[in-house]
Amino acid sequence: MSQTNIKQGVQPTKGKPYANPYLGGVLLGVVLFLAFFLTGNGLGASGGMNRVVVCVQDLFAPDHVDRTPYLLNMAGGEKNPLDHSLVYVMIGAILGGAASGLIHGRTRPETNKGPGISVKQRWALAFIGGAIMGYGARFARGCTSGQALSGGASLSAGSWLLMFCIFGSAYGLAYFLRKTWN
Amino acid sequence: MLAPFALEIVLGKAGAIAIYLLIGFGFGFVLEMSGFGNSRKLAAQFYFKDMTVLKVMFTGIVVAMVLIFWTTGLKLLDFSQVWVNPTYLWPGVVGGLIMGVGFIIGGFCPGTSLVSASTLKIDGIFYLAGVLFGVFVFGETIDNFRGFWTSSDFGRLTLTDWMGLPTGIVVSLLVAMALFMFWGSEQLERIFGKRDLTRDPKLRIAGGGLLLLLALGLIPLGQPSIMDRYEMIASEKEPMIEQRQVQIHPGELLDLMYDDMVQLVMLDLREERDFNIFHLLGAERVDPANLAPLARELSTGPEVAVHVLMDNDESIVTDAWRELTARELHNVYILEGGLNNWLDLFGHEGHDLCTASISKERDGLNHEFQAALGSSHYPALPEHDALDLQFEARVKLEKKRAVKAGGCGG
Repeated sequence: MSQTNIKQGVQPTKGKPYANPYLGGVLLGVVLFLAFFLTGNGLGASGGMNRVVVCVQDLFAPDHVDRTPYLLNMAGGEKNPLDHSLVYVMIGAILGGAASGLIHGRTRPETNKGPGISVKQRWALAFIGGAIMGYGARFARGCTSGQALSGGASLSAGSWLLMFCIFGSAYGLAYFLRKTWN
Repeated sequence: MLAPFALEIVLGKAGAIAIYLLIGFGFGFVLEMSGFGNSRKLAAQFYFKDMTVLKVMFTGIVVAMVLIFWTTGLKLLDFSQVWVNPTYLWPGVVGGLIMGVGFIIGGFCPGTSLVSASTLKIDGIFYLAGVLFGVFVFGETIDNFRGFWTSSDFGRLTLTDWMGLPTGIVVSLLVAMALFMFWGSEQLERIFGKRDLTRDPKLRIAGGGLLLLLALGLIPLGQPSIMDRYEMIASEKEPMIEQRQVQIHPGELLDLMYDDMVQLVMLDLREERDFNIFHLLGAERVDPANLAPLARELSTGPEVAVHVLMDNDESIVTDAWRELTARELHNVYILEGGLNNWLDLFGHEGHDLCTASISKERDGLNHEFQAALGSSHYPALPEHDALDLQFEARVKLEKKRAVKAGGCGG
């Protein structure tokens, strides 16, 4: 039954088709629940990345880190910013993504983009978009995983509001970027 | 043992790391499996052609939510130990709007760019580098607008608190909303993405129905009441009451009233009549039947405070102490012997506005006043060293949040 529908929607350029979104969602929900049940915390991505950045800063400019309150929290003095559950979750996510990509034959160097822009333009936009996202995610104290997904499941009022703000602004700008993607 | 677990204690450091890695592995695997390593798949969401992002994300949220509240309802999981992202209203709105811009320009969010990069998508690698750069810039600039960034702090605010509805109803409403959004998404995909819905598995409809039934089941199941929650910690807290470790001598309260370094919150639990007749200077009258909003307000305050509860004697304060403790308020103490004891000590220094009269009923004010004096009466704030009082100090300042910070916000 599930074999018949599987080719609908955006599909990979190579390898097996993507899973049914509801199946993916149920599995994601189970993983998220287990994270809460076992550790008391949800999932996260940008928090781990934050700690990688701070670690590099601590390597080159430890005095600067010790003088900046926001950074001090994570890497002040002898603190190791990488020794944190979020960093391990992030490493696990990279491994899990790589494993799924290999198993399903989707791991290959490529650039996914709309037909209206060049590969180099896509790279530039990806970097710019990433920088804006990274800044916003720290501003909002969490990204789509740590806030929208985890906070959504634990009924955080702020996370639900944040979720609608993310979707709202992305939909609001979608028209102006239609050439990028379509 | 009640979940969640202190993993590093139960399994040791290496065991805890293994669990974190496994959770992350499952997370990354599911994201890639659903197509989140492909920016075209993600961006198609915003042109209504392929609504996978919404379907996966909201299915994940409501499935986890139903599981969380079934396990808390069955008292397998202690919700007070589950990290709920604190609500910072305006910084959240601004951050969310910025994130949406990054999402539509770059085509990923931070988590999805990880799996994109790990499957060698070059745009994903550029995006990931961008995220790291953005995070770096934030760390360097945040201290310039920390005031705004820490403003409108509502602390641990859940939708159930905000709506004032039972958890089962809130979860059922959210599941119903998600199912409606899935239906709407499929209609949009049919129109904009030329999707043939008859080829989608029928199982999804059964699954949606099952999820809604499970959510509705939370309504009769209910969630542990505040006194149920107290039962879970009673073995630790009851001895403190019995050994009188939380009852402070009036002399210690007087010291606190004169200590500029301590934020003192005095909560007077008596009826308005007694409160109007006499209360301590700075005390706030609270209704013992309505402690929930108070506990929330006090526990989200920015500073660590000492809370002292008082009654005419000690007849109703002890239950209030239990409730506030179960509501995760820290540094809560009881005024030993209540205000009667206070007035016995401080009430009769060269004035005749009140007289001790021992013949009152239990829980009444043992002192008779000629007028309702409120706090405009000498013993409302006696002189600091009027009496040479001997007592054993009991107040120990404790940090207020037991739940460790986490999620993405860590």
